[in-house]
Amino acid sequence: MGKTFARPEALAETITHYCPGCTHGVAHRLVAEVIDELGIRGRTVGIAPVGCAVLCYNYFTFDFQESAHGRAPAMATGIKRVRPDLIVFTYQGDGDLASIGMGEIVHAANRGEKFTTIFINNAVYGMTGGQMAPTTMPDQRTTTSPFGRKAAEVGMPIRVAEMLATLQTPAYISRQSVIKPKYITKARKAIQKAFTYQMENRCFSLVELVSTCPTNWGMTPVDAVKWAEEKMLPYYPLGEFKTPA
Amino acid sequence: MGKVLMKGNEAIGEAAIRAGCLNYFAYPITPQSEVAEYLSRRMPEVGGVFLQGESEVAVSYMIFGAAACGARVFTTSSSPGISLMGEGISYIAAAQCPAVFVNIMRGGPGLGGILPSQADYLQATKGGGHGDYKLLVMAPASVQEAVEMVMQAFPLSEKYRNPVMVLGDGLIGQMMEPVEFPEHLRTEPSNKDEWATNGMDTRRSNQRNLVKTLYLVPEELNAHNLMLKAKYEQMEREEVRFDTYNLDGDYQVLLVSYGTMSRVCRTAIDNLKAQGLEVGMVRPQHVFPFPHKAVYEAAARESCRSVLCVEMCMGQMLEDVERSVAGRRPTSWYGKCGGEVPTPEEVMQAVKSLSLKS
Repeated sequence: MGKTFARPEALAETITHYCPGCTHGVAHRLVAEVIDELGIRGRTVGIAPVGCAVLCYNYFTFDFQESAHGRAPAMATGIKRVRPDLIVFTYQGDGDLASIGMGEIVHAANRGEKFTTIFINNAVYGMTGGQMAPTTMPDQRTTTSPFGRKAAEVGMPIRVAEMLATLQTPAYISRQSVIKPKYITKARKAIQKAFTYQMENRCFSLVELVSTCPTNWGMTPVDAVKWAEEKMLPYYPLGEFKTPA
Repeated sequence: MGKVLMKGNEAIGEAAIRAGCLNYFAYPITPQSEVAEYLSRRMPEVGGVFLQGESEVAVSYMIFGAAACGARVFTTSSSPGISLMGEGISYIAAAQCPAVFVNIMRGGPGLGGILPSQADYLQATKGGGHGDYKLLVMAPASVQEAVEMVMQAFPLSEKYRNPVMVLGDGLIGQMMEPVEFPEHLRTEPSNKDEWATNGMDTRRSNQRNLVKTLYLVPEELNAHNLMLKAKYEQMEREEVRFDTYNLDGDYQVLLVSYGTMSRVCRTAIDNLKAQGLEVGMVRPQHVFPFPHKAVYEAAARESCRSVLCVEMCMGQMLEDVERSVAGRRPTSWYGKCGGEVPTPEEVMQAVKSLSLKS
């Protein structure tokens, strides 16, 4: 019997900088597995965001660009327009994509840019130290909402997948989760679809991944999974919001 | 192709194509929107890329993404738009990607006005965005020179792996002049395989490339900045470019002026000569690197009594002129900002009001 579980070629052999219980590692692995499976490592360019995943290129073994806060979709646009033969994806968190980069993601999606976005939603800014994000849950305490997020003051969390699905041009918009194995299998399938649609030259694809941030939530990894399942998933339902016609 | 009469903005667009740049991303802003309008028609004809971005911020990152994967790419904008692009320009300089930015300057600060200005001199020559970086900055004084500079900008940006800015005032973009396009640029883009994220298959390589600007280890960031500094010093050694006017005789006043303003100064110099007052001029064609030595030597000439910096702003290049003259001669400024281009008579008056006693 041969090996049944090995490190994907697209994933680097290195020590992680992510915190214990962080789900970035799972998301990275899924992307790497899909890139291996589709055989596209040699023509893929990834774009790292600002946030914890700014260093995500340390874990991948193909070409990578590092963006500024929120601008990854504009960089991906630039690459894909001049090199349509490349496979391009952005990997962005919720502070990056849904706050400072909201303009860039909406317009890239609406233009139908032919790249893929992996969107990590963990309801908080990570690297800057746990500040409130546009995706922070009502009453969730963060370092800039110490009394809990008050909808009357700062509105309700933004549902990015649903919002982008109102646009006519994107090909594929899906929300999945990486907090438990039963969700991870579906998340992998969604990522595989997103990249496949890009290879078929279809328009923009995005997979939102409901994730955990035990460190900034002030929870153990186990409690974080429980919190995400109980608090986030009812507000951020999983499923496909847009599929190719 | 002989001489054609062309508007500056359109000529700039055509020049880029003839320099082998078939990728253009831009956002409309007066007084340079004609570049985008021209290229929206022209790029499809030559199989190039034209895309109107959603903002200047986004455009600067479209440029970054395209440049980082090895494409020859450029954009055009005007002052407030260049401010927004300042963020991306800082990243592109830090990441050492070649790209060309054209700034057709309008009056500022804020929205300012839409008429010609030179008020972005400091922004262009001293960095403009955050961090220690410089742009090579070319300053055309005619549509013909704008065309030539745009075409030279691409190989220069590739030589230094650094953004190059073509800094024209609104008149350069808006006026029509006869222009003759040089032959298509024959230089191929430099070998980018060593650094560009153009896909490992493109390079037939197993080594991935990474384009980044984050250096969390202080020693590494310092080393990175020293390496960038060495490039800017190389530009100061190799890329100084200037023109002179009436510097042969015994001039009493030295003018330093660039762009459209320098053409007004030439007329003023001719008129003053007819009236018996000799005035010379140094016209920087590159404003970074600045021709410090040329300005110093011209100012130090025995006959020279005074140096006057003439610019369409409140005295920005004056800082470089003062630095060049280094106290050797009295140095002052004359100019206007707001869209009014000083007339030859006003420049003559400014010269005559200088104290020329030895």
